[in-house]
Amino acid sequence: MSHLPTPVPETPPADPQGWLRAGAGSGRQDGAAGRLLPRALLAPAVAVLVLWMLAPLLMSIYFSFVNYNLMQPGERTFNGIENFHYFVTDPDFWPAVWNTLVLIGSVIVITVVLGVGLALLVNEPFPGRGIVRVLLISPFFVMPTVNALLWKHMMMNPIYGVLADLWRAFGAEPVDWLTDLPLFSVIIMVAWQWLPFACLIFITSLQSLDREQMEAARMDGATAFQRFGYLTLPHLGRPMAVVIMIEMIFLLSVFAEIAITTAGGPGNESTNLTYMIFKQSLMNFDVGVASAGALFAVVLANIVAAFLIRIIGKNLD
Amino acid sequence: MAYLQLDDIQKSFGDTHVIKGVSLEIDKGEFIVFVGPSGCGKSTLLRLIAGLESITSGRLSLDGKDITHTPSGKRDLAMVFQSYALYPHMSVFDNMSFALKLAGVSKDVIKSKVDYAAKTLNLTQYLARTPKELSGGQRQRVAIGRAIVRAPKVFLFDEPLSNLDAALRGNTRVEIHKLHRALGATSIYVTHDQVEAMTLADRVVVLRDGLIEQVGTPMELYDRPANQFVAQFIGMPSMNMVEAKAIPSFSAQTGGRLPADGFLGVRPEALRVRQGQGLGAPARVELIEALGADTLIHIDVGGVPLVARQNERTALQAGDAVSVELDPAVLHFFNREGRTVAA
Amino acid sequence: MDENRLSLILRAVAAWIVTLLLFFPLGWLVLTSFKTELQAIHVPPLFIFEPTLDNFTEVQRRSDYLLFARNSLITSIGSTIIGLAIAAPAAYSMAFFRTRRTRDILMWMLSTKMMPAVGALVPIYVIAQTAGLLDTRSALTIVFTLSNLPIMVWMLYTSYKDIPPEILEAARMDGANLWTEFRHVVLPLSIGGLASTGLLCLILSWNEAFWALNLSSAKAGTLATMIASYSSPEGLFWAKLSAASVMAIAPIVVFGWFSQKQLVQGLTFGAVK
Repeated sequence: MSHLPTPVPETPPADPQGWLRAGAGSGRQDGAAGRLLPRALLAPAVAVLVLWMLAPLLMSIYFSFVNYNLMQPGERTFNGIENFHYFVTDPDFWPAVWNTLVLIGSVIVITVVLGVGLALLVNEPFPGRGIVRVLLISPFFVMPTVNALLWKHMMMNPIYGVLADLWRAFGAEPVDWLTDLPLFSVIIMVAWQWLPFACLIFITSLQSLDREQMEAARMDGATAFQRFGYLTLPHLGRPMAVVIMIEMIFLLSVFAEIAITTAGGPGNESTNLTYMIFKQSLMNFDVGVASAGALFAVVLANIVAAFLIRIIGKNLD
Repeated sequence: MAYLQLDDIQKSFGDTHVIKGVSLEIDKGEFIVFVGPSGCGKSTLLRLIAGLESITSGRLSLDGKDITHTPSGKRDLAMVFQSYALYPHMSVFDNMSFALKLAGVSKDVIKSKVDYAAKTLNLTQYLARTPKELSGGQRQRVAIGRAIVRAPKVFLFDEPLSNLDAALRGNTRVEIHKLHRALGATSIYVTHDQVEAMTLADRVVVLRDGLIEQVGTPMELYDRPANQFVAQFIGMPSMNMVEAKAIPSFSAQTGGRLPADGFLGVRPEALRVRQGQGLGAPARVELIEALGADTLIHIDVGGVPLVARQNERTALQAGDAVSVELDPAVLHFFNREGRTVAA
Repeated sequence: MDENRLSLILRAVAAWIVTLLLFFPLGWLVLTSFKTELQAIHVPPLFIFEPTLDNFTEVQRRSDYLLFARNSLITSIGSTIIGLAIAAPAAYSMAFFRTRRTRDILMWMLSTKMMPAVGALVPIYVIAQTAGLLDTRSALTIVFTLSNLPIMVWMLYTSYKDIPPEILEAARMDGANLWTEFRHVVLPLSIGGLASTGLLCLILSWNEAFWALNLSSAKAGTLATMIASYSSPEGLFWAKLSAASVMAIAPIVVFGWFSQKQLVQGLTFGAVK
């Protein structure tokens, strides 16, 4: 209007920390809420977690530099980086690394791709959707040991298993899954268990898809595929990243399925890093080497965790 | 010493200096409105008075007592929040009686006080309901009722009408006004809506950037604004601002009273628009806004856009040539810094 | 309209087929638990048969199901209670007395959950062995508590944060001190969050296999270890395995149906809205 100083609407000062929108505790004049109480409330959790983190870490570091076997207590001589050397040159090492990568990678691909597909399928209402969701979610809550044996015996047994029956129904020779395709079998088990997780995440994320944006795209003439590619997929980008990282972290520790079904074998065909370290520690009782391996796994996990923390941190405030 | 007194109140959040020295004297029974653009600190000031934020420096006293460092619960103040802040898990009755219950008041006294407040606010049939089951307007009344029951020394209102729709806002505003007349309680009311400020206040405090721009009755602020900011903040549509020399015809009309430099302020109702050529400044109609009872005429006076207001219908149309006259009795002059100067 | 109906039918059919396929192994497990051993290994697979409850009673008798079930119950409930007792105050402190460090502390806590359990296997085993705590419920309870603590703190933190701060301010204006504010406002409003956090911890502890398998066996073993003992078969055992499995997983699967939302929140550390 007039080209003169008109009252400019003031923008409130930038406040990324949320300080200016004071939290419920600020401004309190009560004495108790000074410094002491909040710290006292926080202390047990922090103390306990510090212990939980630090004690094993320090012990592992110590053990990884000594020669220590649980079967020969009392002999703990310092042997430098020999444990690390031994671990890395173990004939099982590279296969274990490879298997770990294949396992994590395959499960991630399967769960993400199928997860997105399933989420899209189930997103719009249809008769019986409630029951479908309940059924889909169930495998995730089955304990890993049951999961393992369910597949090992009921599904994958080459003579009596359901898959064997299926193969025979098509006139083919049943596959001896655990012997011939051990890693693949483990991948199937783990993927079956984690698919509901990914699916649920994507379903949740799809709920927050902007309907109006979709309708605008429709009116602009976008086909279903185009809408998926330009709108849905980018929206799912963030949850996909989260799912991938979470699975990376938790799949590193796959243990029960391997221990109970293939015991890492035949040979080392289905041994992953976790199982290999386990073998060293509780089967060979070589604590030194196992600790070296454990540190290796921890470093790996730290790298992935660092990325995940950054994403979470952005969401926090 | 006034009933509620603020002495050079300052507030900083970390390094950000938000309230930069506010002094104010409020008498008992006054209805004071804090008004200003967003970010001016009006809500912060209210929260300082309430005790929800700590005062960095300065003094706050109520009824003779220094309450600068007293905890909120002990200041004998009640606050009505913008979002009502009702306890979602408690019934209306429990919401309104919570403070009294904490203070250990007997059940009978509580019941009579709550019943009375509920009757005053037409909430009696809702006493057993929870906030979820109430409409926005009803929740608002419960929030007010919660404050009334406590019979505090001062009522604090933090933009209570912002979350209501327009029709309800008008009605509730009137109800608050009537309530104040009935109870006569000292009240501080924060709003960004100047209509509420003008209609509800005994005195208005205009704030900008953590400082008081002017304090006065609504009419004082309207007729004698202390500076350009207040002049353009109060009044809808806002006062027209013209550079002193921009429109030669105006200089002539005011008989040379215009200061050499600075600005001329004219309220829309002080401009008279006549068809065709005449004694006033030549102008062209840009836009007509017919509101029914009033008409707003947007005109272009030699490149300067102005708004005129009249309480009649008009036959004028966009593009018409008109002449614009000033009412010389209600002019405002401002110097370069924006302060009002006498003509 | 017809096109919409058609796509709806197609989608429904597709969804049902996929779901039934994915659910099949579980369904088959449940079915088998009602068969006799001979029926269980019957080729081709039997869908229609005379159901029997013998397996369930047999499992009880044979592998002392009750012992393992009791261990599972004690360790999961124990770790949940202890976990809540430690996590709730911490979350309360971080939600309502926020400082500049709060975010870092929270992130750090979450990061401890991201470390592979195998990294701590050796030290924890050695500690447990030295302290004579191998194969004890105490050891398992402690380890479960520590494993789940970060998630519990996180979830309780978000549920406390969900309480609108104005309500707490209103309570302060009404004269509430810290304790009455907690008792009358915070507690009632956060009970839901506490319950769902507890439920999640219960589920995670119950299903925990890594530590259970490595730190316990005959005396303190949980249902997870009991099932594992079926991996080396002696004679026909599928029906019994199924029965044992069903008994081991049933409560948790049902709980899981109720805690889907908390699961997403907890396990993704809130990174997905």
